[in-house]
Amino acid sequence: MSTATAAARRAGLSAKQLGWAGVLLGAIAWYITLPPLLVRTALPSVVLALVAVAAGVASARGGEIRLGRGAVLAGVAGGIGAIVATKSGEANLEKVFVWSALFAAMLRFATPLLFGALGGIMSERSGVINVGLEGMMLMGAFFGIFGADVFGSWFVGVLVGIAAGGVLGFVHAVFSIALRADQVVSGVAINFLAAGITGYVFIAHYGDQGTPGEVPSVPDVKLPLIEDVAFIGDAIGEMSLLTWMALLLVPVIAVYLYRTPGGLRLRSVGEKPRAADSVGIPVLRTRYLAVTASGCLAGLGGVYLSLALVHSFNQGMTAGRGFIALAVVIFGAWRPYGALAGACLFGFSSAVAQRLPAFSESLAVLFQALPYVLVLIVVAGLIGRSRPPAAIGVPYVKE
Amino acid sequence: MSEPVDQLEGTPVAQTPASRLAAYMRGGGVTVPLLTALLAFLLGGLVVLVTGHDPIATYKAIFEGTGFQWLFPWVTGVDRETAALNLQQTLILTTPLILVGLAVAFAFRAGLFNIGGQGQYIVGSIAAVWVGSSFAGMPGFLHIVLAVVAACLAGAAWAGLAGFLKATVGANEVISTIMLNYIALWLGVYLFSLGGPLQNDRDASLPVSNDVVESVHLPVFWGDPVLQGLHIGLFVALAAVGIFWLILNRSTTGYEVRAVGLNPEAARYGGMSVAKNYVLVMAICGLFAGLAGALDVLGWQFRLATNDIQISQVGFLGIAVALLGRNTAVGTIAAALLFGGLLSGTSQRNLDPTIFEPELASNLTTIIQGLVVLFVSADVLVLGMLRRGRGLFRRRRSAPPAELEAEA
Repeated sequence: MSTATAAARRAGLSAKQLGWAGVLLGAIAWYITLPPLLVRTALPSVVLALVAVAAGVASARGGEIRLGRGAVLAGVAGGIGAIVATKSGEANLEKVFVWSALFAAMLRFATPLLFGALGGIMSERSGVINVGLEGMMLMGAFFGIFGADVFGSWFVGVLVGIAAGGVLGFVHAVFSIALRADQVVSGVAINFLAAGITGYVFIAHYGDQGTPGEVPSVPDVKLPLIEDVAFIGDAIGEMSLLTWMALLLVPVIAVYLYRTPGGLRLRSVGEKPRAADSVGIPVLRTRYLAVTASGCLAGLGGVYLSLALVHSFNQGMTAGRGFIALAVVIFGAWRPYGALAGACLFGFSSAVAQRLPAFSESLAVLFQALPYVLVLIVVAGLIGRSRPPAAIGVPYVKE
Repeated sequence: MSEPVDQLEGTPVAQTPASRLAAYMRGGGVTVPLLTALLAFLLGGLVVLVTGHDPIATYKAIFEGTGFQWLFPWVTGVDRETAALNLQQTLILTTPLILVGLAVAFAFRAGLFNIGGQGQYIVGSIAAVWVGSSFAGMPGFLHIVLAVVAACLAGAAWAGLAGFLKATVGANEVISTIMLNYIALWLGVYLFSLGGPLQNDRDASLPVSNDVVESVHLPVFWGDPVLQGLHIGLFVALAAVGIFWLILNRSTTGYEVRAVGLNPEAARYGGMSVAKNYVLVMAICGLFAGLAGALDVLGWQFRLATNDIQISQVGFLGIAVALLGRNTAVGTIAAALLFGGLLSGTSQRNLDPTIFEPELASNLTTIIQGLVVLFVSADVLVLGMLRRGRGLFRRRRSAPPAELEAEA
């Protein structure tokens, strides 16, 4: 590998550039075996993948450990993906890899994760672990559609869903801040509570019928100018309002966290609450607000599920998305743009898994487990470990 | 022998039974769990009331569904027979709850939070159903042992993976065990789904496993085997509680487990391998949960449908069982009995639908479960209420000094 490092140095590439080149090469290795290029032999891909791995190792040696490992992983995954693709039938590949549709599906699946992850960032940056994201999302999902049904307006539904998530966020805040509960246990309790409450009201109100079909749902945004442009039109020409909102929230929260006094206070409370307290920042109030906001954001993710994606509610419909959002937070190193990347990665894996029944019905079932395996890989730190906020999980006691 | 350590507070205590009891009472004793459960049931009743049902009639119907009134000597005749049938169902459901409760409790004692009881239970039941439906013609007892061992090992491996990830790369066991739950679920659904590798041979349109052979069915010791009587798995679960207690309190492993749980840094300084302990602890947890899966399969399910795997919540209830039982051996049995009763009392089979819909009631169980865990997470809440209550009491009696009372 030292030859690779030496070659890179001669070419004048920094470790960072090498890493990104590796990630890109890994992706290309897979991409060329898929439609429309459809290279039918694995050899060029394997060569590309090996170069990607080498670049990753060199990059990691050069100090970019996280990125370098990512490149190695991208190389390995790209190589395997390419070999699998060259062994599969062309017709099947054409059916699964319709890029514009995949891209659109990726954003659809990424939206709830992104809302959840942004919520997780708010809470955890203020120093409170939020394992209850799943439950808060579930509350949003049920009460969103419930509100829209009762009041006959999707807008009111969205508000009700946000409020329901926020209420549960507030409960988590009371227990973890005022009562100094074990935050993980309290979060788990929140999840059970949400499952019970939503299931109870769902059965009590809708019975065996399920939610009615004619509930007003969140509208899609049609972009008339680009609707007919080849790839972009299909990919983002018609997306849910909430997807746009999630994408917009990423820079908004990033600016809030890093460019405003409020964001600085929130981060300081999560890093060194004692120091923050000593300069007059209200530690407990900041945490209350952050955790409640976290619940509202997760609730919005749930609203998206019931009012925009599925158009109905069924018990436990979040299916672990709150936990995946938590992994997205870790993947993104507690940063909004990182969370965007993570949400897209998981969204993409779900989008591919959703189209796999073209190959084999029963294997497609197994592929439902793919996002969860990915989470396992992420928390195992195979892509490098990131540092959580210093005061996370520690209740603050004023002196 | 190691210095005796108070299991609740983690402080060394003197060894006399009286002082032990006093220490336990200071930590809330049995009062706190009882209050916790009471509070959860009260709030659950409030939910029932708000949604326009009669909470007292509801709880009474649920209680009648548990069959606990069999214990009352004045219940006779047909009522007694019905109660016996219901109690058998309650105890059948209590059996796995004890074991998954142990799986969570054992991890807690080592400072780990095992939310993966469900996944470990699923892989255990998959292993049991596979072994139990293959190798026909094997002697019954040997076959049962083989199926149980396979299930335990599968559970141990599944949980051990989370322990291994924690020990080697520091992956948070909360997230990894939750993910392993989902992976186990989809693995199970895949195996038995249409066209899946372990789908049954008889009917290709049913997503069900093969039946386990007749000779591995666990013997029924109370009730009619045909009507799902109580199988001997209950005794296995109770024996597991004994083993749990022995490992924890009378073995070097248990001492290390508790030491790591109380303070990993100090344990490491004392020469214990924290990493090794994490793997070992999780594997033992998985053993218990996998055993639960085996007992359910061999005791009364006899086959697994993809639907069974998807709706099963046993492993998650284990968290509430362990927390309410304060992670102790006896506490786990009591808490498992409570939730076992709640499960069977709210089941389609036992709850009178004219009083309260079973589907609503099962969600009520989940609410109560959540409230229990929530209240236990903040022990200060119930303890504070208790202290305040005692304070009121004291003031009314114009109070002996607090120190004096604590001495007594």
